[in-house]
Formats: sequence, structure tokens, C-alpha cells
Amino acid sequence: MTVVSTTGLNLTFQTNDGPVHALKDVNLDIAKGDFVSFIGPSGCGKTTFLRCIAGLETPTGGEITVNGMTPDEARRARAYGYVFQAAGLYPWRTIGGNIKLPLEIMGFSKSEQADRVKRVMELVDLAGFEKKFPWQLSGGMQQRASIARALAFDADILLMDEPFGALDEIVRDHLNEQLLQLWARTEKTIGFVTHSIPEAVYLSTKIVVMSPRPGRITDVIDSPLPKERPLDIRDTPEFIEIAHRVRDGLRAGHVDD
Amino acid sequence: MPPAGIFGLGRSRGSCVKSLLPILTVIGAILLVWVVAVVPMNMHLTADQAQRDGLVVSPETPAERQVHSGLGLTLKNPALMRLTYNLERPRLPSPHQVGAEMWDTIFAKKITSRRSLVYHGWVTLSATLLGFAIGTTLGILLAVGIVYNKAMDMSVMPWAIASQTIPILALAPMIIVMLGAIGIQGLLPKSIISAYLSFFPVVVGMVKGLRSPDGMKLDLLRTYHASPAQGFWKLRLPASVPYLFASLKIGISASLVGAIVAELPTGARAGFGARMLVGDQYGQPMVTWAALFAAAITAAALVGLFSALERLTLRRMGMAAA
Repeated sequence: MTVVSTTGLNLTFQTNDGPVHALKDVNLDIAKGDFVSFIGPSGCGKTTFLRCIAGLETPTGGEITVNGMTPDEARRARAYGYVFQAAGLYPWRTIGGNIKLPLEIMGFSKSEQADRVKRVMELVDLAGFEKKFPWQLSGGMQQRASIARALAFDADILLMDEPFGALDEIVRDHLNEQLLQLWARTEKTIGFVTHSIPEAVYLSTKIVVMSPRPGRITDVIDSPLPKERPLDIRDTPEFIEIAHRVRDGLRAGHVDD
Repeated sequence: MPPAGIFGLGRSRGSCVKSLLPILTVIGAILLVWVVAVVPMNMHLTADQAQRDGLVVSPETPAERQVHSGLGLTLKNPALMRLTYNLERPRLPSPHQVGAEMWDTIFAKKITSRRSLVYHGWVTLSATLLGFAIGTTLGILLAVGIVYNKAMDMSVMPWAIASQTIPILALAPMIIVMLGAIGIQGLLPKSIISAYLSFFPVVVGMVKGLRSPDGMKLDLLRTYHASPAQGFWKLRLPASVPYLFASLKIGISASLVGAIVAELPTGARAGFGARMLVGDQYGQPMVTWAALFAAAITAAALVGLFSALERLTLRRMGMAAA
């Protein structure tokens, strides 16, 4: 079943220096349960594409549907949870309070809110930190809390924009492992923006390689790796082969410069 | 996020004791300058008085003495120095004279007496607090309007800035006379002048505070399909609290100044402003100075109160280290 489908998607920003072609003729289908990574250098439109799916940007041409609806309708139907580059927790709310935020806005009952907060906090391994304030947590824990916040209202789609970009390598490895477990347990469809090749290959069932000026897709790789992925899968020949192909795709995009 | 200083981070009991020494040093320096200045400032008056009391003064006539500066006269009559501190109507009262006047009018008089500074302080304070409440409410409402309404965004701020460029001393009598003409007297006209001065810092601070959430935090609410009202109550308003407190501290002292200024040109019979005026008109400098100091202490106490409230609130909101 197709969750996200785009055909001939175009987006041009009008700036003071003239139009910027952020996305050009993007065609992509994302199936239910896919883990799709978008990888490419900055300016390749990977974040813009994710924001188009979320209905935060409006394409200037082409078709895009999310769950069979327009992105804006899907946004109103609260079809997805979005995780930003920074955790963006409200400093005046406790971790529990932050996770409760979308539930309050969407009008869940008090007891339902408490149940869900408890459940997603266990899911991201933060049980017991409900009453802490964001500044009392490490960066990795804060980002986990923001993932819990995106999971709290049970959207089928999880959109993540370089969620671990600001974290160090060791924390990032750990969170990647946890994210895969979480994905296996919840069976969500995940769109994941990154500029790390190992991260993209390790996480994804589908890797979308993009290149800039104009932002476009240069390669789509369906990963042959099994669903069960321990961290040391990164040393296997299959893994290295896919990483090679991603790197080639990125290099091909740069020839145009 | 606002800078950490706004949240009052990094304060502790230890730094409190440490900051006491610099404060005492500054107070000591001011007192020293004051004590030294009393002598030349009062020397001419002292010499006149001493001569009437039969002491020998050089030069012998007031006209001749006028030629000399206060300092020059002091050098000619070092014996009179001590007397400069105890004139009945000095040009510059000495610290102990002001202190004695304050003690007398704050603690030794019944607070219902018209000579009690507590009584006059309450008159000014009540106008200050009412004006501050009006000004703060108005300021917050204007800020919300500016943030949420494009037309107000384009139009209100220039007027708010223009309003603060008019000298309040010129405006105060006009407001009081006009309100008096339509039968409004007493507390309210003074409060309006207080409000006039105190709404401005609140508008500026609250506009900045309400706009402080970054694009990411606003986008997050869009992904939840939150209503504008939810955006206000759950994001913009709590985010503006540190800014609000910074504004309130400026606003409360501006309010006090406004209330005093409102008392000055209108012949008010009570309040700090009235005391300053009375002291000036009847040649009782101690009265003026005592009222000045009492007003300054009141302002410091009010600002201190809001600082404490700020720390308490931000700590409870989790935005400052406990």
C-alpha cells in the first residue's frame, strides 16, 4: 500500500536573488512500513521534500498525496509525527508535559493523556524522567523525548529531519539502534533526512539519493539488508556495497557543479 | 531562547554576600562626597548666621563674602566648618539631618498624620500600583494586538514611541486639568500618568517575548494542526514570561516616577511629590530630601519585589535552576 506518492513534484522559492529551484521533477512512492532515508548535500532539497510531505511547504507544481489525501488534509487529519533537527522541547514544561502537548492540543482525555505519556516514554527508554525539566536531560535524551512526543498520538507516519545531526557519534549509534527497534515494534512508515551515509544505509529499507541545484532524486536504492540489523552489520560486504552505491550517487550529483 | 541572564541563573547565597561589599563601597563613597560637599555648599549661610550670633567672620559684610566661593570662604573661616552641618535651613542638608527627618516622619509620626511620610508614601504608592496595573494590562493587550494583527503591527509602535518622546512634565498638568474638568479627580488622573509611562516597556518587552518562539517551535504546532488560540496559550504566552518580568521591573519604577510627577505641577496636597514641593516652597530642604530618599527606597523595594517574584515564577516554571 502506498502511503506517500509524488509525481513530477516541483518547488521554486522566489528570493531576492531570483527563483531558487528547490525541487525539480521528483517522483517517489513510499509504501506502508517503509523506512526511507533522504540523503544528499545541503541544498539538495531533502528537508524541503520532507516539509512538502508534512504540508509545511506548498509545491509549485506536480502531484503529491499522503494517505490518499493532499498533504494539507493529511496534516489536519494528524497523519504524521514530525521530529525536528533540535529537540525543541518547551523549557517550561516537564518531559511528561512536553510529550503531553500534542495530546492536549488534540483533545485527548486526561486519563488517556497519562496512559499514552507513560507508554511512549517506556518506548523511548525514558521511564522515570517524566517530572524532569528539559535542561536536566542530555541532548540525546532530549531528542528521544521529542521522538516520544511525535509518537504519542499514534500517527502512522513518522517524519524525521536530521534528528541526530547534532549528537556525537556514540550517542547517535545507540539512538539508531533504538530507532530500528522502535520501528520494528510500531510498524510505522518513517521518512528520515540525513547527510550520513552509514546512518542512511544502516536504517533504511529504501535510500533516496538527492543532489542540489536543482534539488532532484539521482538514485533510489532498495536495501537488500535483512530487517534484523545489529550494529556490526555495518562491516558486512553487503553493507559496504550499498554504501558505495550511495557514495557514487552523491558523486554523480556533484558532476553538474 | 532568551539569554541565561534573563532566567536569573547563576545566583546563589554566596554571590549575595560577595555583592554586598561593592554595594557598601559605593554607598560609602556617595556619603563621603555628600559630607564633604555640605561644607562649601552651606558656608555662606553659615557665615551669615554666625555673624548674627556674634561670632567673628571674615570678610565682614555679606556682600564681600559673596565674592568668595564656598570653598574660599571655608579656607578663610575653618572654625565655622562644624556649624555647616547643623543649619536649620541649609542649602544642602547633611546626611544626619535627612536621616533624622526621615526617622521622625516615618517612624515617630502616626501614619494617619499629614506629617507622616508613610501616609504620603501610601498616597503615591496607591496611584503607582493602580497606574501600573492599567499600564501593564494596556501594554500586554497592545503587544498581543501587534503580534496578531498586521494593521496594528504597522501602526501602533510608532505611536507608542512618539508618546514617550513627549516630556511627561508638560503633559501631566494638561491631563490632570482636562480630567478635572470632566469631574475625574484624585487617584485616577495620577494613575493615568503612571500608566502612560509604564505601558511602554511592557509593550516593547511583550512584543519581543511573544515573538521569541523560533520557526521550529511554531512549525511543530502546525504539524499538530493547533489553533491560533492554542498557539498563544501553550507557546507564545509562556515563552514571553521572562521578557514580561524584565519589562515589569522597568514599568513599576516608571509608574512611581509618573505618580510623583503627576503630584508636582498640580498642587497636590498629599504624596511624595507634594512633600517635595512643600519642602521647596517653604524652604525646608530636609522635607524635600526625606521625600526624595523615601521615594527612591520605595522604588528599590518595588523592583526588588518583582525580582523576587521573577525568580520564584521562573523556578516554578522550570526555567531557572532551583
